[in-house]
Amino acid sequence: MGKTERVLLRHRDIPDLDRLDTYLAHGGFAALRRTVTTKSPQEAIDVVKTSGLRGRGGAGFPTGVKWSFLTPDVFPRYVVVNADESEPGTFKDREIMERNPFQLLEGVALCAYAARASTAYIYCRGEFWDLAAELEARIGEMRARGFLGRNLFDTDFSLEIFVHLGAGAYICGEETALLESLEGKLGQPRLRPPFPAAKGLYGLPTVVNNVETLANLPPIFERGADWYRTIGTKDSPGTKVFSLSGNVARPGNYELPLGTPFRTLIFEHGGGIPGGKKIKAILPAGASAPILVATEEVLDTPMDYESLPNVGSMLGSASIIVIDDSVDIAWVALKTTRFFKHESCGKCTPCREGTYWMLQVLERLHDGPNAGGQVDLLHAVARGIEGKCLCPLGEFAIMPVTSGIERFRADFAAHESNGR
Amino acid sequence: MTALAVGQGVLREQRAAEIDAILARYPEGERRSAVMPLLYLAQHLYGHLGQAAVEEVAGILGISSTQVGSLIGFYSLYHDRPGGKVRMQICTDLPCALRGAEAFARDVCRNLGVRLGETTPDGLITVEEVTCLAGCDRAPMFQVQDETGIHYREGQTVETALAWVDEVRRSYGQD
Repeated sequence: MGKTERVLLRHRDIPDLDRLDTYLAHGGFAALRRTVTTKSPQEAIDVVKTSGLRGRGGAGFPTGVKWSFLTPDVFPRYVVVNADESEPGTFKDREIMERNPFQLLEGVALCAYAARASTAYIYCRGEFWDLAAELEARIGEMRARGFLGRNLFDTDFSLEIFVHLGAGAYICGEETALLESLEGKLGQPRLRPPFPAAKGLYGLPTVVNNVETLANLPPIFERGADWYRTIGTKDSPGTKVFSLSGNVARPGNYELPLGTPFRTLIFEHGGGIPGGKKIKAILPAGASAPILVATEEVLDTPMDYESLPNVGSMLGSASIIVIDDSVDIAWVALKTTRFFKHESCGKCTPCREGTYWMLQVLERLHDGPNAGGQVDLLHAVARGIEGKCLCPLGEFAIMPVTSGIERFRADFAAHESNGR
Repeated sequence: MTALAVGQGVLREQRAAEIDAILARYPEGERRSAVMPLLYLAQHLYGHLGQAAVEEVAGILGISSTQVGSLIGFYSLYHDRPGGKVRMQICTDLPCALRGAEAFARDVCRNLGVRLGETTPDGLITVEEVTCLAGCDRAPMFQVQDETGIHYREGQTVETALAWVDEVRRSYGQD
């Protein structure tokens, strides 16, 4: 694959791709038509399994495998699109929905066909108010042109897609909290199992996939699983939209093959660190992963699901926040902790109380007076939360804190010695 | 905005077509799913979600007012008390803060003579701090929540933000 070929952000190469006529002129909905008229739902699942596509919401779970867990013979089923994009530093799904919406919608339809679902909901964060209105208009255009409704392409496959707005809650990006919210309840995670594939929306089998994951489907069905596997790495095929933000000259979304090193993204595409400063740290998955010291080894690490754990972090949603050497990592931990404390849903005690106490100690460190021993106390509180939470939010909340203390201890200790 | 008598079916009366369209998106027997869209409708009509609005929404859906009311504290885009006609919600989360959003918020507040969370003396604009809005590459940025919905303003400076404030004041006839 040439460095410049885009699979997801195709609108950057094709003007007006957000218009249905333009999308159709560039092969739009051909993959859907061919799949629905020539493949069985099981064959469609097999294509996605073979492609090796992994969920782009953060967990990186193989998409086709997730679909194959649907409880057999229970109907109706639902497809729910996770468009609650709220991870700090993540703004990729927004660009896909704003600029290449029909590729997402065709992906939703392909997923619904494979899952044998006839209703799909796009759960959009409430802040995407204007975007959601546009998306509804596109859905209306699709219906008018015969790509939604009953008996599509003269088959027995029928589909309706609806947009549902959230109202400002990060936790609803967790798939079971999202389903609770869609049912009109507090967005609090469910105990699992059962997983949504067995009991999801309204207790029925449900596929929940991220926007970017679904936008991968039309090209996979159009060009084949084997083609898809030629991009990226063996275990992480395909391209990824990396959201680059923070202390970098050219922040923005960059679609690159999985396995591209941090250095290429940050220095080649992102233009490096402005103001004559040096790179100090990288948050590779927004606030939800351990902070990396920006060593040469880390900068040369391929950004894919299998390589990040080797250097002590995770790819997650691949929202890369760059930190320069003027920034205090104890302040970074304060910011991420304030975020998680605000967003904790309150259901499980370790997260609800733990994020509160982490914030208390961090504010004491920053504002004083403090009597010393605060850094060890903070570390102990964080470790006390670890492994005890109902959902990943609580587990994520401690990662910038523990990794910050363990890898940038001097930044934290400086506050202690300065305590009044 | 004129003051409306909350409750007593005003929402149902004034927004009947929208309410029906919302209810039609969800399966029979799953009307509770419509609670969040209906809360937006009520908030846009009444300006905030007081107890009467909560009971009205609960009545439309046939669920308890507790089931409706608990959502308002949980979801940050719903407001249980009146604020300014326009809410200016500035993202000061980590990625924006790395690009000057905290200083931006402070300077905007200083110019408007308010602290975060407060409303300008003319009752028009409430300035608030919010978490990540997925606009990190165009920081500083804020969203505007008003009776028409939520709209983003990105790539801001203190000057462009204050120019927007003037624009809002003019459009509400308070210049």
